[in-house]
Amino acid sequence: MLRRFFWLVFLLVPALAAGVTLNGAGATFPYPLYAKYFSAYHKLTGVRVNYQSIGSGGGIRQLYAQTVHFGASDAPLTDEQVEAFERKFGTAVVHVPTALGAVVPIYNLPGLSTPLRFSGPLLADLFLGKVKKWNDPRIAELNPGVKLPPFPVTVVHRSDGSGTTYVWTEYLAKVSQEWRDRVGVGKSVSWPTGLGGKGNEGVAGLVRQTPGAIGYAELVYAVQNKIAYGAVQNRAGKFVLADLATVKAAAAIDDFPTDTRVSLTDTPALDGYPVASFTWILVYRDLDKNRAFKSKAEAKALFDLLWWIVHDGQKLNEALHYAALPEVAVRASEANLRALRYRGEPLE
Amino acid sequence: MKARLYGKLGDALFTALLVALALGVLGVAGLLAWELWVGGAPAFRAFGFWGFTLSSEWNAVSERFGAWPFLIGTVVTSAAALILAFFPSLAAAIVVAEYAPRRLGEVVAYLIDLLAALPSVVYGLWGIFVLVPLVRDHVEQPLFLWSAEHAPALMGLLGPPTGIGMFSAVLVLALMILPYASSLARDAIRLVPREQREAMYALGATRWEVVRRVVLPYARGGIFAGVVLALARAIGETMAVTMLIGNSGQLPYSVFGPAATMASVIANEFTEAEGELHLASLLAVGFLLLLLSLAVNLIADFILRRMSVGEGRK
Repeated sequence: MLRRFFWLVFLLVPALAAGVTLNGAGATFPYPLYAKYFSAYHKLTGVRVNYQSIGSGGGIRQLYAQTVHFGASDAPLTDEQVEAFERKFGTAVVHVPTALGAVVPIYNLPGLSTPLRFSGPLLADLFLGKVKKWNDPRIAELNPGVKLPPFPVTVVHRSDGSGTTYVWTEYLAKVSQEWRDRVGVGKSVSWPTGLGGKGNEGVAGLVRQTPGAIGYAELVYAVQNKIAYGAVQNRAGKFVLADLATVKAAAAIDDFPTDTRVSLTDTPALDGYPVASFTWILVYRDLDKNRAFKSKAEAKALFDLLWWIVHDGQKLNEALHYAALPEVAVRASEANLRALRYRGEPLE
Repeated sequence: MKARLYGKLGDALFTALLVALALGVLGVAGLLAWELWVGGAPAFRAFGFWGFTLSSEWNAVSERFGAWPFLIGTVVTSAAALILAFFPSLAAAIVVAEYAPRRLGEVVAYLIDLLAALPSVVYGLWGIFVLVPLVRDHVEQPLFLWSAEHAPALMGLLGPPTGIGMFSAVLVLALMILPYASSLARDAIRLVPREQREAMYALGATRWEVVRRVVLPYARGGIFAGVVLALARAIGETMAVTMLIGNSGQLPYSVFGPAATMASVIANEFTEAEGELHLASLLAVGFLLLLLSLAVNLIADFILRRMSVGEGRK
């Protein structure tokens, strides 16, 4: 209640400006990318977009409270959430993927020149606190020829709720039965061991400060801050280092679902990096059901914006280290966007 | 018009205004408690008030929530920081008010007050980049290695010597609350009447005797008020603690190991809490934090009443 009021005040102020203004709120991970999209789009069309990076959970709540035109989330809506929207507002929620992100293992072992290689089960056991030393035979076996120091392993995880944690734990749960049973999947989980840092910068800071630490961070963050990260073995058995190409490859799967709500962790793609995920913009399919829309012009503006993002906007992704959408995701999004309606009328 | 404003009407208006403002403050405080209670009610309903307060499981995946680890974390870090900060702050106050030459005293007092003006995120950064490596390499690891050799039983109590954890958080917290305790103590000491001291000196007392027998007893009310303010500040401190404490609610805590406080868990999880029960539990933790602050203030008020300034020695 308190928070809703707070954001209402925030969102009302810019609405006084002239012209079409769209408001969105949600995930922090794609915020730099969205800021770039929206400033480029404003120059192109004059449409103003305000985006508040309050977190995925907040974005979904604001969309539910109808204070924003669109939400943004690093995790797709759960089936219960989809149903909750349908029950309350009588409309589906359309997921529009905008970019791909990846989560990478980062570590602090002085004197290593090549990236370490990890397998999924090994990562799970490290984060469960079962592998306690860096010179453990299981790590040495995957990294022949690497001189591993006898440091104790210090696990560093996110202390704040985060889509990054969601993707990371989802991957660990897919590759480790014990992780699934003992910890599970979520934006914040009950960690069996380790230190918590707030935000990517918090985790990276703790890892940097602690010899023998292992943590996880967004690929974008690791690349921009030049933090060394390890390669992860994918389902096909390849050790893959995350980069724009391998992350994009993770989405090259055969039975791509039409609603784009797909988990890409532990991808079957041969060259795909196994800890990757889409990030989505969420909109009502029947836009008039969202009280934030005052006119068809606004609905049309949103449609045009989303259409632009999945097509021309994608060119902005790679400069900011976000992987661009693969062809299948663009095709699926086109179909989903064509299904958007305002008072029953299509917007194309 | 002017005459009327200064007459009865003006008086009535002024009174009404004052009463409205005073009631407003009461109203805001009441509303705050009410909102926290209403927001947290689902958690209290699901687990019971004591079940929620005393359970040590906090798991957003299985949706089981209990505030005990955070309550303990808050109480232990605040109390430890207060104990660490008390004597240095009192010493600083005495030096500034009694011993130092006036100029020097002013400079020192100014610098101590400046500590209170630093944003807590700056303390957090300083803690991570300066204090943590120092503490880790020169305090925690030597102690840990020593205990591994001579007293293995202690190792569990000490915990992993990574530098991030309860110990560093308490050190920084102590530094942060020091100016509050110190500046109230200083003011109280300065307020001790000159006649009292002079009478003591006239009896042939040394400086130390004057401080011990006149100044401190006379100023104890003010000193204690500073302690309470510092404690309240420590209980509510969020940013610096979150950056340094390691944010783990797994009991049992150890001296060097990670921990979590009520304020830190709220700051950490509030933005992305999706489940109704998760959000409600965080608000419930906020409500408990309010209760804890209230309890501290009530107890303090009670003690303060019993030892108010100069009372009993008139």
